[in-house]
Amino acid sequence: MTAALKRLSGMLDGERGHIVRIGRTGPRGIRQRLLDMGITRGAEVLVVRRAPMGDPIEVVVKNYHLALREQEAALIEVEPVVP
Amino acid sequence: MGPVRRRRRGGGARDGAPAPDGARGAAPLIALAGNPNAGKTSLFNALTGSVQQVSNYPGVTVECKEGTLRAGDRPYTVVDLPGTYSLTAYSQEEAVARDFLLNHPPGVIVNVVDATNLERNLYFTVQLLETRTPVIIALNMVDLAERRGIRVDHTALSKMLGVPVIPTVGSRGTGVEALAEACAGVIEGTHPVMPTQVRYGHVVDEEVDGLAETLGGLLPADARRAALWFAVKLLESDEPVSAEVARLAGPRAAELEAAIAAAVARMERHYDDDAATIVAERRYGVAAGAARQCVHITPQSRRDTTEKIDAVVCNRAAGPVILVGVVAALFFWVFKLSDEWAWIPWPGGWTSPTGVVEGCFEALSGLLDGLRPGWPMLHSLLDAALVKGVGGVLGFVPLIFFMFLFIAALEDSGYIARVAFILDRLLRVFGLQGKSIIALIVSGGLGAGGCAVPGVMATRTLREEKDRIITMLVAPFMNCGAKMPVYAVLIAAFFPDRRMPLMLLLWGLSWVVALCAAWVLRRTVLRGEQTPFVMELPPYHLPVPRGVLLHTAERTWLYIRKAGTVILAINILLWAVMYFPRPPANADGTAPSPSEAVAHSFAGRAGRALEPVTAAAGFDWRVNIALIGGFAAKEVVIGAMATVYAMEEDAEDADASLSARLRGAPGWTPLRAFAMMLFVMLYAPCVTTIAVIRRETGTWKWPLFATVYATTIAFILAAAVFQGGRLLGLG
Repeated sequence: MTAALKRLSGMLDGERGHIVRIGRTGPRGIRQRLLDMGITRGAEVLVVRRAPMGDPIEVVVKNYHLALREQEAALIEVEPVVP
Repeated sequence: MGPVRRRRRGGGARDGAPAPDGARGAAPLIALAGNPNAGKTSLFNALTGSVQQVSNYPGVTVECKEGTLRAGDRPYTVVDLPGTYSLTAYSQEEAVARDFLLNHPPGVIVNVVDATNLERNLYFTVQLLETRTPVIIALNMVDLAERRGIRVDHTALSKMLGVPVIPTVGSRGTGVEALAEACAGVIEGTHPVMPTQVRYGHVVDEEVDGLAETLGGLLPADARRAALWFAVKLLESDEPVSAEVARLAGPRAAELEAAIAAAVARMERHYDDDAATIVAERRYGVAAGAARQCVHITPQSRRDTTEKIDAVVCNRAAGPVILVGVVAALFFWVFKLSDEWAWIPWPGGWTSPTGVVEGCFEALSGLLDGLRPGWPMLHSLLDAALVKGVGGVLGFVPLIFFMFLFIAALEDSGYIARVAFILDRLLRVFGLQGKSIIALIVSGGLGAGGCAVPGVMATRTLREEKDRIITMLVAPFMNCGAKMPVYAVLIAAFFPDRRMPLMLLLWGLSWVVALCAAWVLRRTVLRGEQTPFVMELPPYHLPVPRGVLLHTAERTWLYIRKAGTVILAINILLWAVMYFPRPPANADGTAPSPSEAVAHSFAGRAGRALEPVTAAAGFDWRVNIALIGGFAAKEVVIGAMATVYAMEEDAEDADASLSARLRGAPGWTPLRAFAMMLFVMLYAPCVTTIAVIRRETGTWKWPLFATVYATTIAFILAAAVFQGGRLLGLG
């Protein structure tokens, strides 16, 4: 009963999911930063909204609201929660 | 006690300046550490009763502030470290906080933890425990937590982590006494603390223990107790720590490296994931476990209010409109309250705060008139350099005060982070990023009333060097508090009925120029990829009046002090070069007129020598003198003009304000005034800003570049406006 994996950047506002992994591409240090900010495997993530110009994206992880750009969100793979 | 200046670049674990231990004397050290927005600074103020809370812009305690706490009969030094999410040194401040904790282990670390969000805060706590430094947890904002239906069992938490946990409410001072006692107890050894050793499950633990043992012999004595922390960091492949350990290992570096690689490989094979992720996840595991056992939540929507506000404030359509509204409200608030509304009783009726200050200086000037016949030189010095020069700057104190008040309240509320969120996409087009906006706002980007000095320092939150430098180079274009007097005088003289539209125009222009400059810089001297943007949006909270007032008073005082010291000194110097040499008597034996005297002086000659060039922008020699003085500090511009015109004055208009005098002066037109405002907005950053850019970049290249490129842009634009305006018949 698992839904197809999605990138966090591809999720719609209001969509929920569980984090599956953080991709290995992207600038140095970003993985550790995302981990330190609470983006860990299994954590539930909720996409709250996009900024007025469509980017960055606001998400809730571990009860914290984070803003991250599409580029970073694209590194994060999520298994969407089927409502 | 001054701030501990600890600037660190690169963030090596122990490559820093020597400990300022000597300066600190015998007082034992208490360090406040914790996540951003956990309320460290309010606790710091409550602990030290200090008025030294300065420069704590959102997420940026620019420097570690020091204060003194008296517990029992002993003084303790308390240091407020920058907020940090992790002991991974990601940004400049995180490096500052981490190096401080590791290089100068304090007697005790007070870990300020947000009770409304224990799990994420404990992620940092767990790392502190790893360093084996005595820790006391200040469970802050318990009142807020309770209101949201969150109850934290602090006794259970204390037992689990092996450290005292003290519930506090920093903004109201609740629990502060207990906290101070606990600190004293730990330092004096009456209540020794042994943090629980953090365990990550046997596979990770085995590797950590093995590495820690190897490290034990390598590390210097005072870092040895942190061997476990170093071991964990090595497993995470933390670059500064790896480099540091390699240095310590010397000839054994290769051997150690192989051991680390083997340990990492074993862990990764076992968990089929990379080591950094494994460690972070285990750490969250520990944090989540502790939180689960100690937090009791009455189900209730937690970020209700913040959510509701954000739904509007960050809304696609409403967000930008609200942002513009906030800026307009700022201008309205500042000008009406400080200047237009007469609401203070004053001899002869009611007046505005600005009126009060101006009135005082006018009275002072009147008192000095008696000196004029007997001691003309002393009168000139006191009246022109002191009363008119410094008074001209101090006249803007009310304006600056209300401006700071508004901005401090906004910062405190959490709105500034939303501004970064809303504008990130736009700023990226120009080669900046959302977080740059904080530096720009601090520099005066919300209109005015900022200062480029903390603005430049605020760039420490930016991780990438090029982002930092670009932001530093464009931040001084913002309308800082020092430029306000120039605008105010010129607008009052030439655009008295169009104050707000002109201020908005100047505000808009400062942004346009800053963004265009950033765009060009990103594509020329600082070409390169942009860096990631990951930022927390903290919950809104009502600004704490005491904190906001302290903050505002502190910044206003800095402004006043500058007027009384640096600006006074420069004014006296400028007065001297404007007074000497005295011209010879005329052929018919009469004394030369005041304006002839000024023109004859050193400054008059220098100003005239520059006239052929600056005439293109409409500046005459008097303006040139003022602008040269402005290189030192922009406040000097208006003080110097006041001095020139005061020295040239004829008896009948002796008491006229500078604005009135300029209005009547030959050669001045609204066009010329506008060109001058534009030039003052954009030309070279002041000397202090230059010094800070030098300090932050570690080279003279960037401050020199900033001076030259900014002055060039300023002159070209001012000249273009002046000449263009004349062609259109405006001048």
